Amino acid sequence: MIGERKNIIRLDWLIILVYFLLLGFGIGNILSSSISGEEINIFNFSTLYGKQFIYALISIFFGFIAISIDVKFYERFSSVFYIFSIIVLVCLFFFGKRVNGALSWFSIASFNLQPSEFVKITVALAVSKYISDFQTDLKNTIDQFKLFLIILIPIVIIIFQNDTGSSIVFLSLFFVLYREGISQIYLKSIFSIMILSILSLKVSASITAIIAILLIILYYSFKKKIRNKIIKIISISSLCLTTCFGTIFTYENLLKTHQQNYIKVWLNLEKDPDKIKQMERTILYNLNESKKAISSGGLTGKGYLKGTRTMGNFVPAQHSDYIFSTIGEEWGFVGSVFIILLYTILIIRIIYLSENQKNKFSRVYGYSTASILFIHFLINIGMVLGLTPTIGIPLPFLSYGGSSLIAFTILLSIFIRLDGNKKNEW
Amino acid sequence: MRKTLLFIIVITASAVFILRLFYLQVYNSEPYSIYEDNAIRKVFTYPKRGYIFDRNNNLLVSNQPSYDVMIIPGLVKELDTLEFCKLLKISKTYFDNKIERTSRYSRRTPSVFLAHLSKEDYGFLAEKIRKFEGFYIQKRNLRQYNTKIGANVLGYVAEVNRSNLEKDNYYSQGDIIGKQGVELSYEKFLRGEKGIKFIQKDRFNRDIGSYNDGLNDKNSIPGNDLTITIDSELQQYGELLMSNKKGAIVAIEPGTGELLTLVSAPSYNPNLLVGRHRSKNYFKLYNDSIYKPLVDKGLLSTFPAGSPFKIVVGLIALKENIINEKTTILCNGQYVYGKNKKSMKCHCGGGYRNIYNAISESCNSYFADTYRKNISQNNKISENFDIWSENIKSFGFGNYLNNDLPIGKKGMIPTSEFYDKWYPDFRWGPTTNLSNSIGQGEILVTPIQLANMIAAVANKGFYYTPHIIKKIEGISIPNRFTEKNKINIEKEYFDIVEKGLSKVYESGTGKFLNIPGIEMCGKSGTAENFTKINGKKTQLTDHSIFVAYAPKKDPKIAIAVLVENGYYGSTWAGRISSLMIEKYLKGRISDNRVEKLVINKSLESEYKKPFSNKPFKINKQ
Repeated sequence: MIGERKNIIRLDWLIILVYFLLLGFGIGNILSSSISGEEINIFNFSTLYGKQFIYALISIFFGFIAISIDVKFYERFSSVFYIFSIIVLVCLFFFGKRVNGALSWFSIASFNLQPSEFVKITVALAVSKYISDFQTDLKNTIDQFKLFLIILIPIVIIIFQNDTGSSIVFLSLFFVLYREGISQIYLKSIFSIMILSILSLKVSASITAIIAILLIILYYSFKKKIRNKIIKIISISSLCLTTCFGTIFTYENLLKTHQQNYIKVWLNLEKDPDKIKQMERTILYNLNESKKAISSGGLTGKGYLKGTRTMGNFVPAQHSDYIFSTIGEEWGFVGSVFIILLYTILIIRIIYLSENQKNKFSRVYGYSTASILFIHFLINIGMVLGLTPTIGIPLPFLSYGGSSLIAFTILLSIFIRLDGNKKNEW
Repeated sequence: MRKTLLFIIVITASAVFILRLFYLQVYNSEPYSIYEDNAIRKVFTYPKRGYIFDRNNNLLVSNQPSYDVMIIPGLVKELDTLEFCKLLKISKTYFDNKIERTSRYSRRTPSVFLAHLSKEDYGFLAEKIRKFEGFYIQKRNLRQYNTKIGANVLGYVAEVNRSNLEKDNYYSQGDIIGKQGVELSYEKFLRGEKGIKFIQKDRFNRDIGSYNDGLNDKNSIPGNDLTITIDSELQQYGELLMSNKKGAIVAIEPGTGELLTLVSAPSYNPNLLVGRHRSKNYFKLYNDSIYKPLVDKGLLSTFPAGSPFKIVVGLIALKENIINEKTTILCNGQYVYGKNKKSMKCHCGGGYRNIYNAISESCNSYFADTYRKNISQNNKISENFDIWSENIKSFGFGNYLNNDLPIGKKGMIPTSEFYDKWYPDFRWGPTTNLSNSIGQGEILVTPIQLANMIAAVANKGFYYTPHIIKKIEGISIPNRFTEKNKINIEKEYFDIVEKGLSKVYESGTGKFLNIPGIEMCGKSGTAENFTKINGKKTQLTDHSIFVAYAPKKDPKIAIAVLVENGYYGSTWAGRISSLMIEKYLKGRISDNRVEKLVINKSLESEYKKPFSNKPFKINKQ
């Protein structure tokens, strides 16, 4: 080494500020949504908010450690982490504990640990490592395949553990791949498949397929200078057909009843009033109660600890997945928008910082972090507001739960460390 | 594009969320009201309803606890039905029916299983109720009447109906509201202000504690006690005198306008409309179409005023200078008038009549002649008639008296317009409606209007609006009851008329009505009246009417008595008025024979005539 170089670490205080705001707000609202008349005591660790307070302290501790570790450590050991985490996931099949049907928990002493939350970090690290490797070429199909494999392995394992919600989170890494230059065709395909599937369910598979094929023929008949027109038309059309009828087949034969119902509710597919009534008592119940609670908050909310629906525990899981309904009721439009803005600022700040990274590993990791946070934000709040299908995943930093809080904190802290190190890169 | 895709999607998602929140929380949301929130149970706490005292501070109306057996069908476990039915004194059928009906209504919310338990039954049940899961006892407040009189004055309370709920949002289902009498007119004071407790419910509709530590709760404010102007002793005596007769006695203290009695006969025991048998009793009273005990006849009976009206006709004629104390006419037993030589009979005995003996002998001819001159002077019939009509109305006739009683009737004092309608070519004159002069014809009055008129005569030119309220605990009574209503007639004319009214007792129609030691002024009346039987107008026996005040100097009581179909004014109404005056002024009755005679007189046969479906004769002593 020539001369002595000091490692200067510049932490991004905006991200840290937003993190602590969300953390504090989270504990406060978990308190509100879980008390039932007893004395409030934050050090009463048998209560949910007391536990969450402990988890917060543990998170801050792990976050501090994550920030202290050298950047090279993450780069070098990312594949080790990845493999280790996959092994842990597989171990669930043998030692796991089933909660609400999902085999995704280790029960250690009195604590429950959900490894899938931590796998998000290792997959993000692995993807970053693989993409930033100078030997990797994303235009190369084999490399693409390897990359997909990195992402798909945990997805498949988690689906087999009956925790579909958590597995969907990994799909957000598509944003990273797209940013790093995989072919446009993937974006177009995903977009088309989404539209075709929704239309097939909502309208009808055959009509959707016919219209799609007509549009394809129309498109190609106006385009000139294309070789193998007919072959392209036929292959793309058959892909459309497969998608349309495949969607219906999957929906009717592969999805479980409750999953079908989530989609029915989301796309408003059920027309039978008796069945709607029945759904209102079961699956629609959460959604309706959460919408009622949020609406009743009005502009400024009913005030902290004064939410009548929160206090009455009207929304099931209001301390975990439905925490946003408590915020909506007690803090109103003003408070809800404040939270949404906090997330927006956090995610956009991470994207912005990622773009400014000199190190490709840091950039990809930053992008992964932003994508993972965003998909949680999108699906959770979307679900509570009745915009996206009901998928039970936590709202980062706000929802009750030790595993997710610690995992998100480490995920974010590693990025803060990577970003803080950029002065030392050249 | 590759660098901005995620950025754009993040911004878009946030914007959509904010718009959605705006739609849910601002645009589409009603202003939050805790009263509408179905996550909060609203429990009302009811204050004491105000007591009612009479003018001598006798407690008339108070409250009593009542016990309802409540049921929550979902919680009912197997029980010893036989023992339970025995305790409640109900049949097995009632038990089964009630269980089934309440279960069908709701299995989780409480319903009334048996209302208004008697105190003894409550005592037995209270010890054993714990054995019967799903049942509990709920206390309610009922009215307690410490008197058997004045039902029409006191009124009654009942549960609010839908129109009450729509009109006033103070009330909610199951609340109690005054429905009649003082309970109704002074409802706002008597009811107080109910309190409210907000209880947090959970999603299974269970109570989990008070909302917001009870900071939003409100305490109830007790209702105000009322003192009413009624003299309950006199009221009771009046009701006794009216036994087996239909009619009304209205007595007013002329110096204040306070209603001393407001007897409506027949009346009923107010306790009948309290408790478990309330509705059974109510319909029994309601369906009595002969006596109509629920109708306050002092306020709602309208009938031709008859001869007492001559007092007013005379006063107006004196004021208009049509007659003076020297004016004399010759009565020959009838008054002949008009082209067709129609005649009005007179029972005064005939002879020369001046204002004094015209009043005391109740001479129809004198007042017919006076009235005719009054209306036809200067040939301005319409104008004269309207002035006359206005003067009559200044005594409180022809209109509600603006009093504090919730019901009333206007009666009828016609105007020129009225006759223009009936005789469109203006071919009407004093002879067309000559009956007005003797209080018959189109004239209709209520007993309270008659009493008010005689009070104004006693005051010689003014009256206080008759009212029932004497004192509201801590609040002053409305000004309109302490302001004089002046009548535009000189005091001297009242003095002249008073001489005539006094002469009634000296030598006139009421000479057998004297009470030793009390100088009285009064006027009898015998009013023709009609009813419709199978659509045919049929005359019934005349109403017996009497108005009086006493003592002559500084009058303390002015009274109007109506005995429906009692025939001669003096016979029954006159006797009753004298007894009432004596009772009020002396506190005792000197001649018990008259009292007995009156109490024992039954007019039932008279009242049954129109319902007998047989021809009948009227005006038989």
